[in-house]
Amino acid sequence: MMRAEAGDLQHSIAPDMRDTDLAPEVLDRQLERVWGTPATLWGILATVDHKRIGRRYVATAFIFLAMGGVLALLMRLQLAGPERRLIGPDRYNQIFTMHGANMMFLFAVPVMEAIAVYLVPLMVGTRNIAFPRLNAFSYWIYLAGGVLLWVAFALDMGPDIGWFAYVPLSGPQYGSGKRADIWAQMITFTEIAALAVAVELVVTVLKQRAPGMSLDRVPLFVWAMLVTSFCVIMAMPAIMVASTSLILDRLVGTHFYNPAEGGDVLLWQHLFWFFGHPEVYIIFLPAVGMISGILPTFARRPIFGYLPLVLALIATGILAFGLWVHHMFATGLPRLGESFFTASSMAIAIPNGVQIFCWLATLALGRPVLAAPLLFVLAFFFTFIIGGLSGVMVASVPLDTQVHDTYFVVAHFHYVLIGGAVFPLMGAIYYWFPKLTGRMMSERVGRVVCGLVFVGFNLTFFPMHILGLQGMPRRIYTYQPDMPWGGLNLFVSLSSCLLAAGFLIFFIDIMRCMRWGLPAGDNPWNAATLEWATTSPPRSYNFARIPVVSSANPLWDEPELLVSSGLRVERRELVISTVAAAVPEARDASPANSIWPFFAAIATTGMLISSIFTPWAVVWGSLPVMVTLIGWFWPKSTPEDQA
Amino acid sequence: MTSILQKPRMAFDLSELPLHGKRSASLTWWGTLGFMLIEGSGFALVLAVYLYLASIATEWPLGAPPPDLLPGTIVTAVLLLSLIPNMLVSRWARQEDLRKVRIGMIVMALLGIAPLVPRAFEFSALNVLWDSNAYGSITWTLLGLHTTHLITDLIDTLVLSALMFTRHGRNPRRFGDVQDNAMYWNFVVLTWLPIYASLYGIPRL
Ligand code: HEM
Repeated sequence: MMRAEAGDLQHSIAPDMRDTDLAPEVLDRQLERVWGTPATLWGILATVDHKRIGRRYVATAFIFLAMGGVLALLMRLQLAGPERRLIGPDRYNQIFTMHGANMMFLFAVPVMEAIAVYLVPLMVGTRNIAFPRLNAFSYWIYLAGGVLLWVAFALDMGPDIGWFAYVPLSGPQYGSGKRADIWAQMITFTEIAALAVAVELVVTVLKQRAPGMSLDRVPLFVWAMLVTSFCVIMAMPAIMVASTSLILDRLVGTHFYNPAEGGDVLLWQHLFWFFGHPEVYIIFLPAVGMISGILPTFARRPIFGYLPLVLALIATGILAFGLWVHHMFATGLPRLGESFFTASSMAIAIPNGVQIFCWLATLALGRPVLAAPLLFVLAFFFTFIIGGLSGVMVASVPLDTQVHDTYFVVAHFHYVLIGGAVFPLMGAIYYWFPKLTGRMMSERVGRVVCGLVFVGFNLTFFPMHILGLQGMPRRIYTYQPDMPWGGLNLFVSLSSCLLAAGFLIFFIDIMRCMRWGLPAGDNPWNAATLEWATTSPPRSYNFARIPVVSSANPLWDEPELLVSSGLRVERRELVISTVAAAVPEARDASPANSIWPFFAAIATTGMLISSIFTPWAVVWGSLPVMVTLIGWFWPKSTPEDQA
Repeated sequence: MTSILQKPRMAFDLSELPLHGKRSASLTWWGTLGFMLIEGSGFALVLAVYLYLASIATEWPLGAPPPDLLPGTIVTAVLLLSLIPNMLVSRWARQEDLRKVRIGMIVMALLGIAPLVPRAFEFSALNVLWDSNAYGSITWTLLGLHTTHLITDLIDTLVLSALMFTRHGRNPRRFGDVQDNAMYWNFVVLTWLPIYASLYGIPRL
């Protein structure tokens, strides 16, 4: 079907036809032919359009959020009163592990990357993400990892070892059955997916920016994703090493974590937090970028302190690694290590302070319009300050030993994760939804959602601080009636229903507005960055002509957006530009749709899942992977292969 | 139909740009770099685990004599020697000299197979099994990880060599692929050196 179309094209369109003199309608039609995805099953499985894949990624991540939320509600139902019998201890162990692992690995990190997969190419003014087939592969692998985890849970094989799977509990001695292996292999899936997207984003940002978009004109969300992607590239290998060595211990009898044979359980914690600490920033930095993207639009002025904000992003990224260095050297020198730790925790407060200052200045100097996206940003400010305060508290050693492994910690990290990342994320959905769908979300419902979520969230999690101070440990499936925790727990559980109601309305509103929302137009918020310079939703090729940029706020500063010309229209062509100044240096081809990434993902999934059961799967399982990769990369004599 | 007003202002003519960027103007070059960064981090971490386990052990190597030097040293010598033809292939690819590239790729394919032979003996020369103790586990993992890289790059080289003999070979894109493949081989060889030094040197300290 595609092939027939391609054949027709070659008759009607001369090779090397350029866009320069084409009338707009002709150009649109021709570009749609070359870049479009047919509405067939093949099209669905083979598309490499970053917008389709990004949408899928976002939707899947939100489904995982909802499922993780249901687990949270189950836990709250169980804990609402003492000695309730809804969930037994074994199921409870699985549920909090599933909730944590699902939220961290299947929701928080992927959703941020997903939004970037959709937005970054539009924001830098290009037609597709770099390595679009890898992008398709990444989505399928991510999906497979999520399905693996949840199917295992449904089969009563869900991991029950906590989201950080400490050995020896997860090791061969205590973690019997396949539960720990499911956790470890789910890690492999999600990290492959995350690493692939990170490389795509780095290359897209460095090499595919529109002519003239020098580094000092790159939107802050794009900067944030660039730094995040580097953090992913440096941090994720640690957890791959950790989970792989755990599987080896469990499957082929290595002794990495077996003290009796020279192994070490602390090694696990080192490797895990080597990744785990930057992980917080991998979730938080994109949220920071979203805020810097949303604020100027609603403050009606350019962001205050662009350069300090960029430097703050980079500094945060680097300091996230500074803490690793501490972890490495601290092994032998705990005292010195502790002061390093404290010093870098302090140091990270500097870029955070700079950011908050620049944001507040932007609001103060502008004429803020209190639309829904901005409300979520304000909810973030408030919540994040409390999270930061309790963070300072846990960072002080005496208090930490007091509240360690209590609900104080549960409260603290939900303040950071939900306040710091989920609120900005919801603001981002309200903000960019019109671009994705061509329709507006309801402003009125948005206010209700923001209010419910904000109030529900604080009523749910603030009392957990107190429960923690009263000594309630985390990860318990029930407690005795003579403990003084019953009242507050009931309150927390009731409040969590309020929070859940907020999320439910949010989801319903999304569904409703996809169909019936008011038409948005290209630039409903009158924003400044390039994603608003094209239709909503954008056509398959994003921009009929690649924009030329001469400012950081092109749609505000340039009365009429300049564009470039001279690209070929009978193949997928985009502009490659230099890293710093974004001077065009080539018009290269972008790979066309292909079914091979899907097949490669199936083959990889088969290999990874089988290898939970037998190490030999790595040997015979890699053959199909190899075949599909050859199919993927073998040139197909398309115009895209010309050079 | 296309009034002046409708027509966007064209400020930049891209038509004279090349159809495909070379080296740092090519996306695959950057992608290769990205994956080298990922794998480099992976190697560094596994080496760190080696050092960590060695630092907490009372004796190192644990309950085994140090590994025999011969097979590993042969591997190292072959890998280092392969850098010379590797550099040449890369240069020929830059000059787009298809005939020389074809010969060079065959040589590189053979040089990709060659180290696998002594490598097979290297595992038994470790004098310890992966399931004997943590020392065995980490040495086998290090060696296994590097062997995986040797094998994947060999497969890549074989497929690319075959490609160079088809009609797809005479294409600047393929010459770029050959250069990237050569760059990746350099990476595989260079990452071996610290691993070699650790595997064979540290047990002898
Ligand atoms: C939507 C409302 C949410 C509620 C009501 C909720 C509730 C809870 C509760 C009660 C626990 C403690 C379980 C225990 O220790 O027994 C918990 C643990 C956890 N939650 Fe949430 N949560 C929510 C959302 C999130 C989100 C959005 C994230 C991450 C982005 C998250 C990440 C975690 C993690 C990592 C754990 C630790 C799991 C473990 O102990 O292994 N939660 N949550």
